[in-house]
Amino acid sequence: MDFLTLLQVLDTTIRLATPLLLACLAGLFSERAGIFDIGLEGKMLASAFLTAAVAAASGSVLIGTLAGIGAALALSGVHGLASITFRGNQLISGVAINFLAAGLTVVVAQSWFGQGGRTPQLSGNARFETIDLPLAAEMRDIPILGPIYAELISGHTLLVYVGMLAVPLTWWVLFRTRFGLRLRAVGENPAAVDTAGVSVVGLRFAAVAICGLLTGLAGAYLSTGLQAGFVKDMTAGRGYIALAALIFAKWRPWYALGACLLFGFLQAIALRPDVIEGTLGFEVGVQLLDALPYILTVVILAGFVGRAIPPRAGGEPYVKER
Amino acid sequence: MQKMPQWADVVLIPLISLLLAALLSALVILAIGENPWAALKLMVDGSMGSTYAWGYTLYYATNFIFTGLAVAIAIHARLFNIGGEGQAMLGGLGVALIALYIPWPHWTLALLGGAVGAALFGAAWALIPAWLQAKRGSHIVITTIMFNFIAAALLNYLLIGALKPSGSMEPATGRFPEATHLPTFQDMFSTAETALFRGAPVNVSFFVALIACVAVWALIWRTRLGYEIRAFGQSESAAKYAGISPTRIIVVTMLISGGLAGMMAINNVMGEAERLVLNAVEGAGFIGIAVALMGRSHPFGVLLAALLFGFLYQGGAELALWTSIPRELIVVIQALVILFTGALDNMVRMPLEAMFLRLRPAPKPARKTEPAE
Repeated sequence: MDFLTLLQVLDTTIRLATPLLLACLAGLFSERAGIFDIGLEGKMLASAFLTAAVAAASGSVLIGTLAGIGAALALSGVHGLASITFRGNQLISGVAINFLAAGLTVVVAQSWFGQGGRTPQLSGNARFETIDLPLAAEMRDIPILGPIYAELISGHTLLVYVGMLAVPLTWWVLFRTRFGLRLRAVGENPAAVDTAGVSVVGLRFAAVAICGLLTGLAGAYLSTGLQAGFVKDMTAGRGYIALAALIFAKWRPWYALGACLLFGFLQAIALRPDVIEGTLGFEVGVQLLDALPYILTVVILAGFVGRAIPPRAGGEPYVKER
Repeated sequence: MQKMPQWADVVLIPLISLLLAALLSALVILAIGENPWAALKLMVDGSMGSTYAWGYTLYYATNFIFTGLAVAIAIHARLFNIGGEGQAMLGGLGVALIALYIPWPHWTLALLGGAVGAALFGAAWALIPAWLQAKRGSHIVITTIMFNFIAAALLNYLLIGALKPSGSMEPATGRFPEATHLPTFQDMFSTAETALFRGAPVNVSFFVALIACVAVWALIWRTRLGYEIRAFGQSESAAKYAGISPTRIIVVTMLISGGLAGMMAINNVMGEAERLVLNAVEGAGFIGIAVALMGRSHPFGVLLAALLFGFLYQGGAELALWTSIPRELIVVIQALVILFTGALDNMVRMPLEAMFLRLRPAPKPARKTEPAE
């Protein structure tokens, strides 16, 4: 594999890792606050659809993205209502949200656009434009570093940079602010937080809302950044891969970046079977690459490579003693 | 202790949840500019209007009985088996291997062999998540989700590779030999004059599904193992104290659950397609979740809920055929049923309990005086 091919693969890695990363950080906030969320997939899908639909209608990707975030927030609200207010089963609620999004997006897309469950192709301002970072063109000629800057770091869409910046931001919010401390506490021991006079319900709803915001961005990126328009089931299991990455990262932001880049890399090289064969000298089945994130997560869960211990109060509704 | 009568818990709450789901679905149909009443009529006609329609409804119901029972028995041990989809895929693989590579003399033996193969493969696919839950404490929901994807990749790999007959372009196995073809309802119930269930895929597996319902009922409420499963589900610590091994219960329950999900393959792979194709399960594993929740994890409830979803599935296909409503509407209804019967259970339950409590105080003093007499 020559240098340029490597850069191409890594460039694809970053683009494919971004939706995983945004969804993974979304899950991180929710699960750190003690709300399991297997509905990441559904929220991304709903946002991907509404972003593309509104962007197609209004011609503005920003308005579209806001609508997409709104869709994800609405589903987050349902999840919060079910798992916080009515103390229902969080896993079942997540499953329901995934199906709700999978069904509604196609039904509504068919009704609005009549194109078999897809939105029209987006172009121009209805998509996120790539951003050339300053001096990218000038630095291109510098050996090694120049192409890395110009090809790999520069020239992505806005949401890629948002995703990358969300990692230190998440770390800062969770580990350096009072809100973050309380949020983590509510995922470990909600009774203690309640005793301190802080609202468990309020904190958990805040976490679920942040989760909605981030999955909304992830979905918007799918339909307007990575691709040009919504197609049926376009998340293709990314919500579950993000969930796998979250476990892989053991619920920590920087590790989440690493896990998402790794899984993004696996998706990127799956697109280039010629590169794999050229590098390894033998053919690797695409199916194996597809399954690898899940297999790696099962291995991690098995505890062979360090244990993944979830937040202690995760999945349990908080009932105040009376 | 009991806040409301049992019949309310068993009948009223699922019924109200179903009505809420139906109401919201009707709103969705209205919102996309179709008439919900006409849609319902079309669905009823298309799924129950003829023996042909019934043949499809019962065929789908057979799938959902197996996957619903699989989820239901796991729920009794407080395990949420979301991996029915993957287990049913592997069940299909088991059926395919047994049908293709063993020369069966008669369909009865082939059905028996196929059922055993399907159950073994499905159970094997549930074994690793079960073991990881029992020994390593890794959450069974996450691992079974992962195993769904791994199963899909594995089947994909096998169907475009080792299992595909040479020269074929389609990702599927070859056709199963004649002797493994199961009799359909058309073969069984049609007389010389009248052809019933003509061309419908419902087959003898439906009766196997009914037997499975009875067997699961007997297992849960009439055997020692069933008692242990329920005890474990009620309280793990109490079960441990009573000498019940959590590891054993988790593994055995998940093996039964995976086996039941796998057995769906005798219906869709052996009975209908008569070969293994890509994506043969078509989401039936996930519908099992809705069916088990709707049926309150009781085999009889599962049977009724499976029939309901068979009706929805076949009715939905008819809707997609005759109106502009896409088939995915069924997925929306399925989601709403899961949401209301599973996650928002308390939303329905709390007001009902309050209502029954308010109704109750009157007869109480009367009952108190009785023992004194």
